[in-house]
Amino acid sequence: MRLVLRGITKRFGSVVANDSISLTVEPGEIHCLLGENGAGKSTLMNVLYGLYKADEGEIELDGQVQHFTGPGDAMAAGIGMVHQHFMLIPVFTVAENVMLGNESTGFAGALDVDAARERVTEISDRFGFHVNPDALVEDLPVGVQQRVEIIKVLSRDAELLVFDEPTAVLTPQETDELMEIMRQLKEAGKAIVFITHKLREVRAVADRITVIRLGKVVGEAEPTASNAELASMMVGRPVELVVHKGEPKLGADALVVKDLRVTDLAGHAQVDGLTFTIRAGEVLCVAGVQGNGQTELTEALLGLQDDVSGSIKLDGLELVGRSTREILDAGVGFIPEDRQVDGLVPGFTIAENLMLNRSFKSPFVKNGSLRLGALREFAQKKLKEYDVRARDIDSLAANLSGGNQQKVVVARELSRDLRLLVAAQPTRGVDVGSIEFIHKQIVATRDSGIPVLVVSTELDEVVALADRIMVLYRGRVVGIVPADTPRETLGLMMTGERPKDLKDVVA
Amino acid sequence: MSTVTAQPTPDSGGLAPDTAVTPTRGAGARKLPIALGVLTALLAGILLRSSHAGDTTFQLAAESDFVTLPDIVVPSGPTAWVMVVICLALTAEAVRRMLAHLRQPGWIPIAFAIAWMTGFLSWAAADGRIRLVSLLGGAVALAIPLVFGALGGVLGERAGVVNIAIEGQLLLGAFAAAITASSTGSPWAGLVAAAVAGALVALILGLFAITYFVDQVIVGVVLNVLVVGLTNFMFRQVLTPNAETLNSPERLRAFPIPILGDIPLIGPILFRQTPLVYVLYAVVALVAYALYRTRWGLRVRAVGEHPKAADTVGIKVNRTRYRTILLAGAIAGLGGAYFSLVSVAGFNREMTGGAGYIALAAVIFGKWDPIRATLAALLFGFATNLQGVLSAIGSPVPSQFMLMLPYLVTIFAVAGLVGRSRPPAADGVPYRQQ
Repeated sequence: MRLVLRGITKRFGSVVANDSISLTVEPGEIHCLLGENGAGKSTLMNVLYGLYKADEGEIELDGQVQHFTGPGDAMAAGIGMVHQHFMLIPVFTVAENVMLGNESTGFAGALDVDAARERVTEISDRFGFHVNPDALVEDLPVGVQQRVEIIKVLSRDAELLVFDEPTAVLTPQETDELMEIMRQLKEAGKAIVFITHKLREVRAVADRITVIRLGKVVGEAEPTASNAELASMMVGRPVELVVHKGEPKLGADALVVKDLRVTDLAGHAQVDGLTFTIRAGEVLCVAGVQGNGQTELTEALLGLQDDVSGSIKLDGLELVGRSTREILDAGVGFIPEDRQVDGLVPGFTIAENLMLNRSFKSPFVKNGSLRLGALREFAQKKLKEYDVRARDIDSLAANLSGGNQQKVVVARELSRDLRLLVAAQPTRGVDVGSIEFIHKQIVATRDSGIPVLVVSTELDEVVALADRIMVLYRGRVVGIVPADTPRETLGLMMTGERPKDLKDVVA
Repeated sequence: MSTVTAQPTPDSGGLAPDTAVTPTRGAGARKLPIALGVLTALLAGILLRSSHAGDTTFQLAAESDFVTLPDIVVPSGPTAWVMVVICLALTAEAVRRMLAHLRQPGWIPIAFAIAWMTGFLSWAAADGRIRLVSLLGGAVALAIPLVFGALGGVLGERAGVVNIAIEGQLLLGAFAAAITASSTGSPWAGLVAAAVAGALVALILGLFAITYFVDQVIVGVVLNVLVVGLTNFMFRQVLTPNAETLNSPERLRAFPIPILGDIPLIGPILFRQTPLVYVLYAVVALVAYALYRTRWGLRVRAVGEHPKAADTVGIKVNRTRYRTILLAGAIAGLGGAYFSLVSVAGFNREMTGGAGYIALAAVIFGKWDPIRATLAALLFGFATNLQGVLSAIGSPVPSQFMLMLPYLVTIFAVAGLVGRSRPPAADGVPYRQQ
């Protein structure tokens, strides 16, 4: 099926998310939409899928102009979408999810579950997906859930498939498998739109590349283009893709974690006997697929978990059993993985957010009253220093872009005398310019002799920042390896396998 | 094993074996053994403090039975003590399973409940007579509005709309049933009017909750208050002056079903009831079937769990929600007819007396499942009837305490024994389209 988008414009209030975007996708080709977070890629696809109504422009399929009033119309026309956040119902089985909205029924509207089960098995076998139609979706790993999404789309005979940031939640191995599936679908004559901001993936599968920036098409590129060329098109200026950092100047053992165990409410050990050490002036990166104990590890370091055993010593001070406030006062800086939930109060101003970790004492509180003058002065300074793009310090945090929100969090955490920095997913959902800036700050922190623990599910980030890499799988350490370990080895370790000749490095 | 209870899947036909009622670790695991232990101690304490001699008669047969079962006469004290021993044994089994980190099977609390209740009754009715048929049959009758209300609640919440307005739907249903049955002379027309009235309340709820995104709990409570005010006003201004034409409906009479009604014990309890009860059986079966086995049910559940996912496969979320809560309101409204056409003939102000809130508790106790919610409502109906029966035979328990019983059972059931339950994920969350 041939898709033509002509002059699509979509506004949200005064913000123009898509500005007259035109695009052509041919059958049997993988067309990449490359752009930063917030460039307008997902908005464009939601317009195509009938979830949003375009303010201007038209959608044409095989020469026919379409007027979608909802996703139902788009599906009927042969468009299928694999959503970034899976559109699956966790408590339903695979078969139920696949049949939903497209059910075959028997007498009196009775569901024909057998037919759905067969359909799943048939598609699953054709592409080698290995999906059990009777499994509950919530019990499946994310990679398999994504295949369920693909089966859902294929079971509706979609001719045009849209993949919206499909690799964000996958391991490197799962990503490779997905690429293979996309090639298979292409061979089968489907038209594929692949939305991403990851350059490596684009170059691996794309037949054509369209780059979008700030809601506009800025140009087409060939898959042969270099990373630097693609990145500068995407960002609009030359970008440093590598983090420049010198050899670490290692000090004494600063953070010593021994046999750390974190148990959740249901009694499962989420962190299961971790032992590691970070020296002063060193960055230890924690790699692993999301949900393998990283969240629990960082929260245990901050005293946010209830059921913790083992020992966490920071410069000889035992942290297990201390309250979060005592731990903060001991000099631990924390960039939480979800800034919207744990990092900021969206309804507070930038200035108010900047004092959240010092809300009890000087310099901002005296005799129980806020010292607003000191706070304003501090906030003005940090706004400039950390290049936070906002109207002024009284702007609400909720109104900032992801990158600027994260800069506020980083500014707050780094403006104290730190003895440890814990950064969880420091650049998730952040634009390339801000990523550069935040990475520089983390390296600068390291160079000032502070131990740093970085948790990231992005292998690129792990490799760029780490002095050593600790790979977690199901709450256990698979291995602690040097930063120059090949990506393939790291990817393998993220699935829980430990190469035979692997040697742990002790800093 | 997780603490989260699995929702019944269609394959299980709605009443899935409850694989995860009790977690094997954490505070939840201790709940059942502790509850059983406390109850056993309570029963033993009662017996020790005021044991009285005499025999207790359990009468199994109703009058005019085809086959008359003989009465069972037992010595009051010894029987009660035997039951205490059985309760102790069951408690010990629960403790053993807790220590061994084993699953607590469903038969333990059920067997315990039967043994405990037998012991309690043989003590409370010493030298007296317990008519099992009227005890249980009356429980079914008293549970009618609770079951209808609970079904209305389950349906609404499975579609993602919290239905606090059950009380209002019952009350307006009662009002409409009385007025319509009186003016037309047909109680059947009254039933239809009750359903329409319930749906009307649901329509207002939907308008605010679905279309205007108002907080569903607040709208529900306000609707309940509104219906109370409205019916009180109409009662004084319209019904009382014209009581003969507008508020003297014909009562729905008990209608024994041939053959089924003649089965010993079960017949008189289940099949010598009013037609409204038979409607209830049909509605329970239909809702349970439709929710898990039909396209309609799959879509309703999808909309209540993950409306956006439903939207992306072309299901009209808000239209589905509207239809479902209108149906839910109609079902709850039918329950209202119990008050003015079955219980007594005629409407009286605030005659539902909080039954809608008990029904709401049954929804939660029943884990948002139609069959379980029905059983929960029956339990609450039993507690209410037990209070009446015990007062009538002059049991030593103070009557004020007995009046608290149904509510105590409700609180314990919902707070203590239900385990952790998981409501539909999008329950109470309005769906907005961009």
